[in-house]
Amino acid sequence: MNEQAQLKRPALSRLLLVLVPLTVMLGMFVWIASLDPLRSFNNGAPPVEALTVERTILDETGIGLLVRAGGSDAMVIAQVAVDDAFWTFTQNPPGPIVRGGAVWIQIPYPWVFGEAHAINMLSNTGASFEHEIAVAVPTPKATVGQLRLQALVGAIVGLLPVALGLIFYPAMRSAGRVGVSFLLALTVGLLTFLLIDMTSEALELADQAAALFQGSAMVWLSGLASFLMLMAIGRWRGTPEGLALAFYIALGIGLHNFGEGLAIGGAFAAGSAGLGTFLVLGFALHNVTEGIGIAAPMLRIRPPLWSFAALTLLAGGPAVLGMWAGSLAYAPQWSALAMAVGAGAILQVMVEVTAYLMRQSSDRQVVLFSPAVLGGFLAGLGFMYATAALIKV
Amino acid sequence: MADASKPSLDPSRRALLVGGLVAAGGAAIAAGSARSQSTADPMAGHDMSTMPADPYAAPMQGMAHGNMTTVGLVDHNRNGFDPTAMLTDWERGTTELLPDGRTLRTFEVDAIDKEIEIAPGIFFPAWTFNGRVPGPALRAKEGERLRIVFRNLGSHPHSMHFHGIHSARMDGVPGAGLIGPGEEFIYEFDAKPFGCHLYHCHALPLKRHMHKGMYGLFVIDPDPERHPENATVAASRLLGSPENAHWQEMAMVMNAFDTNFDGANEVYAANTVGQAYMNEPIRIDKSRPVRIYLVNVTEFDPINSFHLHANFFDYYDTGTTLTPTLRTVDLIMQCQAQRGILEFSFADHEDGMYMFHAHQSEFTELGWVGMFDVRSSAK
Repeated sequence: MNEQAQLKRPALSRLLLVLVPLTVMLGMFVWIASLDPLRSFNNGAPPVEALTVERTILDETGIGLLVRAGGSDAMVIAQVAVDDAFWTFTQNPPGPIVRGGAVWIQIPYPWVFGEAHAINMLSNTGASFEHEIAVAVPTPKATVGQLRLQALVGAIVGLLPVALGLIFYPAMRSAGRVGVSFLLALTVGLLTFLLIDMTSEALELADQAAALFQGSAMVWLSGLASFLMLMAIGRWRGTPEGLALAFYIALGIGLHNFGEGLAIGGAFAAGSAGLGTFLVLGFALHNVTEGIGIAAPMLRIRPPLWSFAALTLLAGGPAVLGMWAGSLAYAPQWSALAMAVGAGAILQVMVEVTAYLMRQSSDRQVVLFSPAVLGGFLAGLGFMYATAALIKV
Repeated sequence: MADASKPSLDPSRRALLVGGLVAAGGAAIAAGSARSQSTADPMAGHDMSTMPADPYAAPMQGMAHGNMTTVGLVDHNRNGFDPTAMLTDWERGTTELLPDGRTLRTFEVDAIDKEIEIAPGIFFPAWTFNGRVPGPALRAKEGERLRIVFRNLGSHPHSMHFHGIHSARMDGVPGAGLIGPGEEFIYEFDAKPFGCHLYHCHALPLKRHMHKGMYGLFVIDPDPERHPENATVAASRLLGSPENAHWQEMAMVMNAFDTNFDGANEVYAANTVGQAYMNEPIRIDKSRPVRIYLVNVTEFDPINSFHLHANFFDYYDTGTTLTPTLRTVDLIMQCQAQRGILEFSFADHEDGMYMFHAHQSEFTELGWVGMFDVRSSAK
């Protein structure tokens, strides 16, 4: 049979070639399931059980928990104790929780404002799953006032600093070749800090998620996927420069600010952060460099005025969305995913800004270790590290 | 549903006791979705609806403190033992007369592995004596010859170690009555001293064998003839005597279960089932005095206690005296394996529900709490 014949094989037989292995595979699974070859290993030991609390809601009806089961079998929550006292509860939907399934546990418990509570869920096998509420505060509700307040905080930590950074644009334009290299390297430095910061936060969040989400793998793989896809999109029509590169930086930073918003919103919801003015100011200062970074690749062109507004919105606006999402619909695995995607985006702009920086010079290898570039890079890292001290609690 | 399976209990009363499982408002939402929960009286517990209108101190629907309870009921039939029946279920064995005129009393006890439900929906892989936790409440008379035929039908070595007076060979420790699975051993000794005692498995590791459920009461009634100075008191303690018939006697074993085997208890109780006597209060005829044989076998926590509401009692530590060792108290504490006899009366009280519980609040709220339903005999 020659190649020509293979190509001309009718659609039906090509379909069969796929269907036959699929059928065999299905048959094997059915056979294995019916045979239960592991039966002889079954020693009557209780099933492996896992329970992850994804959301906690405190309100006038008591304590609400969104819990996800992840054991080897469907599991049953038999009793719930709050602060070492058995308490009534309702489960919605009721009955055994299948692997991967999530239910709401509603406990009419008179929690105490500002104090800690420990919840212990006992399964029918007697296994216990503890959940700590570090500081009990009412969970924010999606009221207009609440959303507006969060939008304001989001604007202060996201939009304002980016806008402030972009104001430096006219001053930056007067920079010479060395000055521009310094600023670009500064941008790479601050992005490096953000990449490390985001990755570690994503991994930390992923740790809190149910095992079946495979937190660590999810973070690394989605980060890698987002990096590759953005690289591919960015290079669709040549390497990005100028305004395009600025928009990619703004996108990466925007995703980072979305993650930051999630974290602040989540902290609001969990009551674990008394988000003071000092902390908000810290975030604002920390993020001013982001505006400078976005402006850096546009120094040689004359961007239209609207682009500054668009860049500010793209880079800072997601902080507001993150605040809302974080306080209203927080779940560790989705927050981790969002941060991982952001980390991938940051890596993409790091690569592109570095490439752009190298194209600025005739000797591409040497320029990376010139005093201006190395100095800018370290200054970016140092500034971010120092200002981060203000916002870490 | 739960009420239907418990016809002996007045539903409205039980609902009140269960303590507003879900108060009216919450119940409306819960009714469709709740598992094994029943609607109950919203007045139970102290209702927070009278509090000021601060959004977070204010009327939390169904948040009366009466919600401090387990959800659902234990299936006593499946367990094969009922905490209420266990209160008065004394194991007296079989008797025969020995040539010297003394009585020989024989008990038969089997060690059995068994999964038991210790709180609604929570199952515990117990090791039991005769399939129940606590094991049978053995009762004999001072001076009798006792013979306990012990068979180990379990999966681990076990023994019966009696807190009484006996020879080293009968001690239930390794080399003296500790037997492997499938084996049998006969313990034999005299019933002395009179008092409220216990037995437990003394296989090692002791902690595991104790908290898995291998313990029980071992009561030796005083022989009135041997205590002429207190013959009436002694007679009132002798099960089966006319004087004793007037008393309402009950056996209570304060125990707890470490369901996740982390060295701390998840469920506390008297007679195994957490909250059992809240769901089904103990009926007391107020015209007759009450006597409780109480032992503490709680593992991991150094002490346990018994507190009676609205009343005081006399206490006989270890029950080895005929005069109280403590008079007019409403709380006693016992370390592990400590025991004693409580005597009290509700004769002058109003009818009503009188609570009793450990006065370690944690134990109380994790199941060791109950109610005496005190009424005149006529009602």
